[in-house]
Amino acid sequence: MNVRLVVNGVPYDVEVPPRRLLSDCLRHDLRLTGTHVGCEHGVCGACTVLLDGRPVRSCLLLAVSVDGLEITTVEGLAHNGELSPVQQAFADCHGLQCGFCTPGFLTTITAGLRENPDPTEDEAREMIAGNLCRCTGYQNIVAAVMKAARP
Amino acid sequence: MKPPSFEYSRASSLDEALAVLGELGGEAKVLAGGQSLVPLLSMRLAAPRHLVDINRLSELAYVRTCDDGVRVGATARHADLERDPDAAGVQPLLRRAVRLIAHPTIRNRGTVVGSLAHADPAAELPAVLALLDGSVRVASVRGTREIAAREFFLGTLESSLRPGELAVEAFFPALPPGTRTSIVEVARRHGDYALCGVCAVRSGEGARVALLGVAPTPLVLDVPDVAGAAELARSSIDPTPDIHASAEYRRHLAGVLTARALQEAA
Repeated sequence: MNVRLVVNGVPYDVEVPPRRLLSDCLRHDLRLTGTHVGCEHGVCGACTVLLDGRPVRSCLLLAVSVDGLEITTVEGLAHNGELSPVQQAFADCHGLQCGFCTPGFLTTITAGLRENPDPTEDEAREMIAGNLCRCTGYQNIVAAVMKAARP
Repeated sequence: MKPPSFEYSRASSLDEALAVLGELGGEAKVLAGGQSLVPLLSMRLAAPRHLVDINRLSELAYVRTCDDGVRVGATARHADLERDPDAAGVQPLLRRAVRLIAHPTIRNRGTVVGSLAHADPAAELPAVLALLDGSVRVASVRGTREIAAREFFLGTLESSLRPGELAVEAFFPALPPGTRTSIVEVARRHGDYALCGVCAVRSGEGARVALLGVAPTPLVLDVPDVAGAAELARSSIDPTPDIHASAEYRRHLAGVLTARALQEAA
């Protein structure tokens, strides 16, 4: 099927079978490999992208189902080579080690802070509760959320 | 972990969805939020010949609140219900129950009606619908019918939806003034399916609970005597053990959580 995806403001026309997951479409068909694929059944959060501004699991969406919708991936967060506030806070606070889970955290937190720009630490933990990280122990990620909110 | 091949159609109107479902009958599966169906496809636990995508039916993306209760259309997301202040005002149990479903990211895509149609006995909303004596409206090319919660859930992942039918709306009734509700559960990790959960309604006239995760369908119990409720819950179930919890532990939780839910609703 022919599908038009608008990713980070750029329209792409691709031919995909109905069973193509959005995560695979982004990585394999569009070569946007910033979105990482971890568990592939909606548990780990690594593949989180923004669909019309809201975070969703791209491994739980069919590419054909989001035809014509606006998608933001981690590649769309920086502007003109400058890190977004959330990305900068991750760098400043050592919010990543291996980096595998990071794209999912960055997209989740970007949308989370848009909805709640001044979270408490508990709210920051709730914001990232659906994303798994095996390196950091989450402390520095929570610190990064707080720093991004109040730079 | 890739879904098997299937035919796909994306309905642009309810009539079109019903026509396709009517034509395909049992060969078709409805794709709404996909937060349960897509993992089942990826794990090859489901292999429908045809998926009918209803996500573009924006006319069904509503949460409508009246004095008698809350009506939720088939494409309204969990997050839509969670954020709806009118729904929370008329039936506060809904928001509390929805916040126990997975994580915000899942709730952005998962649908309320889809959770009911999926009929997972460990899910919150089927228990809430059963507790409140709610109903599900289903449509097909032959017309519509309203199915009461107690007739909707037949078994694990099994509802009384027939081939060719689409669940189009859920109705969660309001409760009389002076009635209080609660929902409590225990899960291994925050956001996981609960090992056991209990929602409760309580008023001057009596109390009622619905248990989730301990029977093939939500188990509704009228509680004549609150002091004996924990024992009533324990003796009413025959839970199955799995890798997450033994039967004995689930039975223990059912007692503790029943007492706790009733206390919170006091």
